[in-house]
Amino acid sequence: MNTATQTLKFNYHAILAIYKFEMARFKRTLWQSLVTPVITTSLYFVVFGAAIGSRMGEVDGIHYGSFIVPGLIMLSLFTESVSNASFGIHMPRFTGTIFEILSAPVSAFEIVLAYVGAAATKSILLGLIILATANLFVPIHIEHPFWMAGFLLLVAVTFSLFGFIVGVWAKGFEQLQFVPMLILTPLTFLGGVFYSIDMLPDGWRTFSLFNPIVYVISGFRWSFYGSADVGVGISLAATSVFFLLCLGLVWLIFRTGYRLKS
Amino acid sequence: MTAIISISQLNKTYASGLVALQDVDLDIRRGEIFALLGPNGAGKTTLISVVCGISTPTSGRVTVDGHDILSDYRAARAKIGLVPQELYTDMFETPWATMNFSRGLFGLPPNPAHLEQVLRDLSLWGKRHDKIMTLSGGMKRRVLIAKALAHEPGVLFLDEPTAGVDVELRRDMWSLVRRLRDGGVTVILTTHYIAEAEEMADRIGVISKGKLILVEAKSVLMKKLGKKQLTLHLQEPLVEIPSGLSDWGLTLNNDGSDLEFTFDSSKEHTTIPVLLRRLGELGIAFKDLNTRQSSLEEIFVSLVTERR
Ligand SMILES: Nc1ncnc2c1ncn2[C@@H]1O[C@H](COP(=O)(O)OP(=O)(O)OP(=O)(O)O)[C@@H](O)[C@H]1O
Ligand SMILES: [Mg+2]
Repeated sequence: MNTATQTLKFNYHAILAIYKFEMARFKRTLWQSLVTPVITTSLYFVVFGAAIGSRMGEVDGIHYGSFIVPGLIMLSLFTESVSNASFGIHMPRFTGTIFEILSAPVSAFEIVLAYVGAAATKSILLGLIILATANLFVPIHIEHPFWMAGFLLLVAVTFSLFGFIVGVWAKGFEQLQFVPMLILTPLTFLGGVFYSIDMLPDGWRTFSLFNPIVYVISGFRWSFYGSADVGVGISLAATSVFFLLCLGLVWLIFRTGYRLKS
Repeated sequence: MTAIISISQLNKTYASGLVALQDVDLDIRRGEIFALLGPNGAGKTTLISVVCGISTPTSGRVTVDGHDILSDYRAARAKIGLVPQELYTDMFETPWATMNFSRGLFGLPPNPAHLEQVLRDLSLWGKRHDKIMTLSGGMKRRVLIAKALAHEPGVLFLDEPTAGVDVELRRDMWSLVRRLRDGGVTVILTTHYIAEAEEMADRIGVISKGKLILVEAKSVLMKKLGKKQLTLHLQEPLVEIPSGLSDWGLTLNNDGSDLEFTFDSSKEHTTIPVLLRRLGELGIAFKDLNTRQSSLEEIFVSLVTERR
């Protein structure tokens, strides 16, 4: 019989175990996980950057190909964070192996830290790979690297938390697909990945301001080029609010055992 | 002996309104093998799930080695290993990886020597690097046992460990459970196979419709309720029991062609020759006879049906 666990206060072995498990899953699907987004991003550059971008001229004084880079990174960051985290927690629910996590001496905080940490790690890695890929096509300049890293981290964690919620909420794999496909992708496309919202007619412009994704992308783009649709402070505030909202929801999930415990 | 698990006034009502456990009081003694018997849907899995933290209790209190399962869940859960009824496994993992995962999850640093020992005990060592999905059902069940033992628990829950397991493997499982008990592990198992409880358990609890209706040492239970039955297959059916036999408490079955006599095997040693002589005197001939001892199974069925 063990005595080591008697004084267990913070179960870092468990965090490590879940984190490693998730990263191993990532490795098994390394090809799909990394190569697919790289190919997709390259296609965006070929189509939007070269074919269309060459006729677009400049946006906010930035070459169009370069302009879309931060947005493309964000686009991948959103979808990857959400799909990784939601799949990560949904899978054990689906296969039943969640029984072990629920019966282990781990706190809700540790579980979330492990799943969200792993999902965020993957999407940040991916974001950096896309950045490197983009660098092959267009000149990229990062004016505020620390802000850039900060946004990358905050967004990856926030959307991984959001994905975790989706993974707990979803009753099946269709619902798991539903949120990214029907909510996230449209909001992202309308959120200014390919254009500055200044380019929109007045009505649409105001309408866009209700889209939270606009603030996230705008803030991230500011960290690259120093120009933005909305002030960087507002961007940061909006992203932080979304982060806290997700955090609160996750807390509620564990408080009530919602769809985790019977 | 002190209780390692103490359950008092435990109730569980599912969100659907279904009452799965009702006022359950139970102490599991340190180092014993406790068998929980009950028909489908009796609440065995629910009871285990509550103790292990998978289900939240509606009311009542459970402690594991003195630690409350809610307020002191880390200490309580660290002591428990659980082998679920269903074969929940990570199909793409290997036994080795999944055991390391389990051990880490329970807050322990790696210990390859221990994992090797467990895998060898379960005859899984040769399969440790195979994907779980390539293993047979019986092997998967053993992988689940290996996972549950990865963190050296003091209490092991086995929820129907031998469901769908062949005879040989069942024997292996039984000897493993005994070895664990000899090593100081408390084992709580649920089963539908009465023979299993009869073979293994120190004490037996019977649960029916969410209520624990009996907890007794197996030997006491067998003695208390263990009756023997003599059946005589008659040559000529009888219409009624002859008056010369009226004080024997016999019953006629099978349209009068079987005469049945139930007696307590521990007390009455000489009754059968006396009865047979008596039958001879009355000219009642029989073709054949057999005796049997009522098994735990019958005891169990009679207990459960009484409650219905
Ligand atoms: N998650 C759940 N939600 C609602 N009802 C449940 C849930 N799990 C079990 N039940 C119900 O609770 C009752 C007890 O179920 P339980 O699984 O504890 O029985 P059991 O004794 O383990 O049966 P078996 O021998 O078939 O495994 C059953 O009526 C079952 O339908
Ligand atoms: Mg069951």
